[in-house]
Amino acid sequence: MIKNTRKHPAAIDLDRRTFLKGAALGAAAMALPPADADAGFLESFFQKHFREMSDEEIKKVIDRLEKDYSKQFSKEVKVKATKPMENVVFGYGLDIGRCIGCRKCVQACVEENNQSRDPQIQWISVLKMKKGAKMADFQTADKYYQPEQVPEPGYFYLPVQCQQCEDPPCVKVCPTKATWKEKDGIVVIDYNWCIGCRYCMAACPYGARRFNWGTPNVPAEQLNPNTHYLGNRPRPKGSVEKCTFCIQRTREGRYPACVEACPVGARKFGNLADPNSEIRKAMEHFRVFRLKEDLNTKPQFFYFFGVKSNRAEGGK
Amino acid sequence: MTTALINFFKDITNIFKGGPKYYMLMGILGAILAVGLGAYYLQVDRGLIITAMRDQVAWGFYIANFTFLVGVAAAAVLLVIPAYLYKFKPIKEVVLFGEIMAVTAIIMCLLFIMVDVGRPLFVWHMLPVIGTINFPASLLGWDFFVLNGYLAVNLAALGYALFCYSQGKPYSLKILLPIVIFSIPMAFSIHTVTAFLYGAVKARPFWNVSILGPRFLASAFCSGPALMLLVFQALRKYEKVDIEDKAIFKISEIITYALGINLFFLFVEIFTDFYSHTLNGASMHYLFFGIDGKTNLVPFIWTAVVLNLAAFAIMLTPKYRYNYKTLNIALVMMIIGVYIEKGMGLVIPGQTPDPLGEIYEYMPTTPEMLISIAIWALGAMIFIALTKFALPKIKAAKNFDH
Ligand code: SF4
Ligand code: SF4
Repeated sequence: MIKNTRKHPAAIDLDRRTFLKGAALGAAAMALPPADADAGFLESFFQKHFREMSDEEIKKVIDRLEKDYSKQFSKEVKVKATKPMENVVFGYGLDIGRCIGCRKCVQACVEENNQSRDPQIQWISVLKMKKGAKMADFQTADKYYQPEQVPEPGYFYLPVQCQQCEDPPCVKVCPTKATWKEKDGIVVIDYNWCIGCRYCMAACPYGARRFNWGTPNVPAEQLNPNTHYLGNRPRPKGSVEKCTFCIQRTREGRYPACVEACPVGARKFGNLADPNSEIRKAMEHFRVFRLKEDLNTKPQFFYFFGVKSNRAEGGK
Repeated sequence: MTTALINFFKDITNIFKGGPKYYMLMGILGAILAVGLGAYYLQVDRGLIITAMRDQVAWGFYIANFTFLVGVAAAAVLLVIPAYLYKFKPIKEVVLFGEIMAVTAIIMCLLFIMVDVGRPLFVWHMLPVIGTINFPASLLGWDFFVLNGYLAVNLAALGYALFCYSQGKPYSLKILLPIVIFSIPMAFSIHTVTAFLYGAVKARPFWNVSILGPRFLASAFCSGPALMLLVFQALRKYEKVDIEDKAIFKISEIITYALGINLFFLFVEIFTDFYSHTLNGASMHYLFFGIDGKTNLVPFIWTAVVLNLAAFAIMLTPKYRYNYKTLNIALVMMIIGVYIEKGMGLVIPGQTPDPLGEIYEYMPTTPEMLISIAIWALGAMIFIALTKFALPKIKAAKNFDH
């Protein structure tokens, strides 16, 4: 990693006691390879939980991270901590009638969200399913299809990513509260607080979470420098990550990258709290279902199929 | 007080004394540990990518061993109950060895968790006050709590009894009894909470069943005490510890019932899944028959079933149960059987197929095995060291009656 000898204001702030405490713990850490044992190590070791930091403390941490990342990738990397907007609850819609299985969304997501290229991490899985297959039976699904051309006759496609559950089991099981649901409905992870126990991965019914089994690797020239602390900033080895509805974009009023990338317009996104939003309109227009409803996780990710008939609407 | 403490720690040098056989044993265990440390260094350096775990099967061999060992730890109460609640004297004399075993098993459990987490330096985040433990929502938080609590209780009981012995007097039952009585619900709770750790996961139908808790308890009462019985016989043979046949046969009788109940629970689960034949039964199907030619676990689970059934048959026949040769064969079969069934046989099929239907066949890699074996070796060393330390005191205590 970074050979770091910089003097950061926060480094000077460390008083003697904290330093001694750190030295003791650091000595214990010596048993482990000192790959990240630079001056910033103590700061990141003692870094508090994101939600327990004041705005000032967050700023300090972000300064540190920006410097680290900029050095690591030899270009300027921005880390934001944009807060949720008032009266906004994000919702996502996906029209499986339209999806052609081209995986343009997957690619856009990897690029936007700085997912490791090697080992490969992808937040979106597109499942190829036989037409006529039982919907609930994922066992007939194929995630690794490699045809010459999509769509293939006789199949439909079901993209799955984090469903931003209203009652997320991943949050419930996390022993450290490293993952939580934000006011705007996005389930986020503090990568610096996660201990990598992977209980959340066992608990997620949608296979949405990814673990950094090795050191994540994104070539510097491909790194998207516009990042969010709870979103697409570079992740440490040994922590968990997943889709955040492109928190770095959507909290600034932009679309998630996958919505923009979809060539057939199968992906819809918007504010569930606003009855006039695109997503609410779409929900009125289509038949809607959510994955694994029986588990009562209440996803904020809706799948659409077919247009609602007038009769279903009560014949207007 | 100082002399008392000196007396208490007097025998600590004992740990380093022993015949050539002893040095050889410790040397071998130490070598295994060293190899495992090397593998662990590799894991810290490169990440858990050196294991066979992946996003589809995020928990593997480490957690399987952890689960088995929680059972071993809980089994100490199987000695405490007859000894203190029913005043069965022959067992009372060996309770302390059971406690040493519990302490060892819990330490191993915690080590297996430590090697499993992706960022071990940060596990302090899970502590109360200085960290942000997600209590009471997270069962892992609970588990951490009760495991450490159980460790503390057993250390207290062990420490107190040995401390009294080292002063040449019997322990006061007034002080010890509340501690050991308290350890009984604690033992049940470490087991129940660990079962809930899995049972709480609604995303995994194989784990999300209410029989899991009872099944955990039943299996704990076979494998743990079985291991203990083997150790008792070794102690009797090599260390001339006076352990009565009566104690051993009483315990093996209890094990027999536990094994019977365990088999019954397993049967109930198999029946429910295969008869109702819902999509949720896929994991059970994968475990016993494989799916689409993916059959990694099949030979293991059938081995476990056969071993457990055979062990049960032997144990059920008094003639064989009272014969050390056949008894020991049955005990070994049962330990292996439960180790498979409750370790890999529980952890892996719970995650296979994964929530999106993919079947990733997990089999531990060499480094993963080396690290696990090293923890077992370390456990053996801890057990031997603790026993060596405690033995002279326990032997001396034989002279007075409680
Ligand atoms: S889909 Fe999975 S990761 Fe996303 S909120 Fe739900 S349980 Fe959590
Ligand atoms: S892996 Fe990280 S986010 Fe997931 S449960 Fe463990 S600590 Fe929480």
